[in-house]
Amino acid sequence: MKKIKSYSQLMDMRDDLKQKISSYLNPDSIESRLIIRVGMGTSGLASGAGEVFDFLRDALKKRNFEAELYQAGDMGYSYAEPTIQVIKPGSEPLVFGDVNIEKADEIIEKYIRNDEPVDGIIPVDYKIVDEI
Amino acid sequence: MEKEKKQLRLVLRNCGLIDPENIEEAIANDAYISLGKVITEMSPAEAIDIVKRSGLRGRGGGGFPTGVKWEYAYNNKADQKYVVCNADEGDPGAFMDRSILEGDPHSVIEAMAICGFCTGASEGLVYIRAEYPLAIKRLRIALEQARQYGLLGNNIMGTGFNFDIQMRYGAGAFVCGEETALIHSMEGLRGEPTVKPPFPAESGYKGKPTNVNNVETFASIPVIFSKGPEWFSKIGTEKSKGTKVFALAGKVNNVGLVEVPMGTSLRDVIFDIGGGINNGKKFKAVQTGGPSGGCLTENHLDTPIDFDNLIEAGSMMGSGGMIVMDEDDCMVSVAKFYLDFTVEESCGKCAPCRVGNKRLYELLDHICKGNGEISDLERLRNMSEVIKDTALCGLGQTSPNPVLSTLDNFYEEYLSHVIDKKCPAGQCKDLMEYHIIEENCVGCTACARVCPVNAITGERKEVHRINQDICIKCGACLEKCKFDAIIIQ
Repeated sequence: MKKIKSYSQLMDMRDDLKQKISSYLNPDSIESRLIIRVGMGTSGLASGAGEVFDFLRDALKKRNFEAELYQAGDMGYSYAEPTIQVIKPGSEPLVFGDVNIEKADEIIEKYIRNDEPVDGIIPVDYKIVDEI
Repeated sequence: MEKEKKQLRLVLRNCGLIDPENIEEAIANDAYISLGKVITEMSPAEAIDIVKRSGLRGRGGGGFPTGVKWEYAYNNKADQKYVVCNADEGDPGAFMDRSILEGDPHSVIEAMAICGFCTGASEGLVYIRAEYPLAIKRLRIALEQARQYGLLGNNIMGTGFNFDIQMRYGAGAFVCGEETALIHSMEGLRGEPTVKPPFPAESGYKGKPTNVNNVETFASIPVIFSKGPEWFSKIGTEKSKGTKVFALAGKVNNVGLVEVPMGTSLRDVIFDIGGGINNGKKFKAVQTGGPSGGCLTENHLDTPIDFDNLIEAGSMMGSGGMIVMDEDDCMVSVAKFYLDFTVEESCGKCAPCRVGNKRLYELLDHICKGNGEISDLERLRNMSEVIKDTALCGLGQTSPNPVLSTLDNFYEEYLSHVIDKKCPAGQCKDLMEYHIIEENCVGCTACARVCPVNAITGERKEVHRINQDICIKCGACLEKCKFDAIIIQ
């Protein structure tokens, strides 16, 4: 890891990192892979997000998925914890609520593997900074 | 057509979408870019002007203009100044600051560094309550990574600007969210407030000029610099700019974090984003501003939420707790709950708060037990006004608000308690009686068997009776009865 010595170096680093993520999400790239984020704030962890994270880590590896699995903070949907966000290369990000281990398994086998619909999608009900 | 999106995630822009323990994820989402821009391209005065022009006001509850606050600290000359982040979130039901620190700690670190540059401070302190272990852990990791990447420490980005942040842990006293008490607590003294002036911007931590801002205020800063103050000030109402994060809790379907532009109505937050009231019950009130705020009614649902409108309606913005209540909630008990909290959390330094709140609590308890008289309502109001006018700090000056706002908005309910000796919501145990409806009772004996104090008597297949002198109003019989033969009166 390098120490950032100037503003331009920071901007270059940001651009490289953005590039890396977009290559993950580009279905035509050789880097192409799935990104899954598990909401692991206090409310998520209290509802079992830790076990879901462990399950996903093992299951994605065993079933040979190219995937990046990250912990994240609170997505804000306390009523539907644990929540996970799944981004398939070339698809819109989806947030699933009330994800226990069985649900996580269903999401992998149905949605990720076969593109079949799975219940429990939380619609994005907010605008982001770049939308206005 | 797609439903209009009522939320705007500006402070929560990265929450839940990045790994808070990996600085590279934050940098990929533009963290520290605003800091770089400020320290390489601007003078402190220019940067302060941008914050002023944005119209940002303190999100901790007071709503003081942030740019003006920074300017005070900037103008006070001293060999050492401090930037403090107030992460002593204490309102019951509020968890906005915790979620920001757990989800996007770098936005707060970046903004503190910007504030340090603007005010001339090289040291930052985060005052965080020890009850937030995960937030502490993630913040500590984030600070360590920021230092490794050269984004904190000496000569940041080769500009000669030095800034570093340390953490201070609070024991979770509510009063320590008040900035003078917070500073005393950080100095190792008792967490008690002192009279302002002097303001912390003149004489704060260790007697040096100190700028204290809340977590959410800081988290708003990087966006102001990346998008520009004009962009920011277009969001919101005339006097309250930007967005506000609320922790929506209580009897609402979609409990959680909500971030809306200032000026959004309570109706949109509770019924649209919040998905309405649990179990199809009727909305009764919404409590905003925590123990310093008040309860608003159906009549206020269309009020645009901003600092000034909420105060005019008899409540306040506070830090962003929003507790929704339905027809089953007794407003006298709600006022009593908040007073119980304040009595517990009063530091005891000034008499109005220490003694006055205790007396208020006792009077409310008296009313809930059915011993109140009509003259007590006038006493409640008088005492509340006196405490408001005479207490030393913000805690005491606002602690009677839950009483005053419920008196204003739910006077009928107080009258029922003191005149009819009834609690319309059926919450005050001493004011209710369980009765058996003779026509419905089949004499199955189920209620008599479940009663823990043997207050129910009656022969098998005959109508049963409840002895009111023995009944402890636990409700076990009501739950057990299959014939709807038991009612609360």
